[in-house]
Amino acid sequence: MTDQQRLYEIWVYLQAEPLFWLTLTIGAYLAGDFVYRRTGLFPLFNPVALGIVIVSVVLLLFGVQYERYFAGAKFIHFLLGPATVSLAFPIYRKWALISANAWAILTTVLLGSVFAILVTYALASLFSLERDIVLSLLPRSVTAPIAMGVSEIIGGIPSLTAIITIVTGIIGAAFGTFTLDLLRVREMSARGFAIGLASHGIGTARAMSRNETAGVFAAVAMGLSGIVTALVVPLIVYLLRV
Amino acid sequence: MLQGIFIIFLFQLIGEMVQKYFALTVPGPVIGLVLLLLTLLLLDRFGAAVKARFEPGIATTSTTLLGHLPLLFVPIGVGVVMHISVLEDQLLAVLAVIFVGTVASIGFSALLMQKLQRRGAGHD
Repeated sequence: MTDQQRLYEIWVYLQAEPLFWLTLTIGAYLAGDFVYRRTGLFPLFNPVALGIVIVSVVLLLFGVQYERYFAGAKFIHFLLGPATVSLAFPIYRKWALISANAWAILTTVLLGSVFAILVTYALASLFSLERDIVLSLLPRSVTAPIAMGVSEIIGGIPSLTAIITIVTGIIGAAFGTFTLDLLRVREMSARGFAIGLASHGIGTARAMSRNETAGVFAAVAMGLSGIVTALVVPLIVYLLRV
Repeated sequence: MLQGIFIIFLFQLIGEMVQKYFALTVPGPVIGLVLLLLTLLLLDRFGAAVKARFEPGIATTSTTLLGHLPLLFVPIGVGVVMHISVLEDQLLAVLAVIFVGTVASIGFSALLMQKLQRRGAGHD
C-alpha cells in the first residue's frame, strides 16, 4: 500500500468520527479569536464569523457534505441548550439592576420588536421580494426555534427563516458595536439590550463575551422579544394583509 | 461542577417537556432559563440554605458555558454558508434587507432604551 493510499484511509476513518470535526470547529474558532484580537477588534473579523468561514472553506475544499460535518459538530451544537439555561444565573445576579429598569425594558421590547418587524416589511417591499420570502423574513430578529415556528404559522418557509435568522445574528454581532459607537450609546445595559433584541443568541453571545451587564441585558431582551415577536408577527401579517 | 451540570440539564429537560406538553412556540431551553431564574429568586426569599448548597456549582457551570458562547454557533453557521444558495437571485436583496433592518433596529432600540433610562433616572 502506498503512502497516499494510507493517508486516504486515515482520512476516510477520521471524517466518519466526531473528533476531527470537533477539533476543526474549536480550532477554527480559536484562530478567529486570535485574528480578531490581532486586528484591533475589527467588527467583521469576529471569532464566530471567522470560525464559520474557516470551517466552510475546509468543507468545500475537501468536498465534505454538511451533514457529515454536523454529525460530529453536533456535540458542540448540543451545548447551546444548556448554555441558554445557564443565562439564568447572570440574569439572577443582576436582578436588582433589571428590576430598576423594568419600565424601560418593557417599553423598549414592545416598540423595538414592532419596529424590527415593520422595518423588515418595509425594506422587503422596497426590493419587491416574493411573498413567501417576505413572510420568511418577518420573524428574523428572534431566536431560530421561535422564528421558525412563527414562520410556519404565517405561511413562510421555516428552513429559509432559520438561515435568515442566523445571518441576522451574525450581522448584529459584527456591526452592533460599530452602530452603537456611531450613535454614542454608552450605557452597557442599553447597548446589550438593543443587540439582544435585534440579533438574539448570536448577538447575546457577543455581548456576553465583552461585558457582563451588556450580556445580561441582551439575554433579557432576547427572551422577551421572542415572546413579543411570536405574538405580534401574525397580527401584523393580518393587519397589513401581507 | 457536576452538580451544576446536572441542575442545568434538568431544567432544560423540564423546559423541553413543558414546551412539548403545551405545544408552545417558545423553545424548551428558554422555558428552562425562566424556570431556573424563578427558582433562584424564590430560594433567595424562602430557602437561603438550599440555595447556598447549590449556587457554587451552578455558578461554575454557567460561567464556563457562557465564557465561549459564540463558539456554540459555529456548527449551525456553517450550515447557513453551505445552504445559502437556496436564495438564488434574491440573495443580495435579502442580505440588504437583513443588514439595513438589523442595524436600524439596534440603533432604534438602543436610543429608545437610553432615553427611557435617563428619564427614569431623572424621576428618582
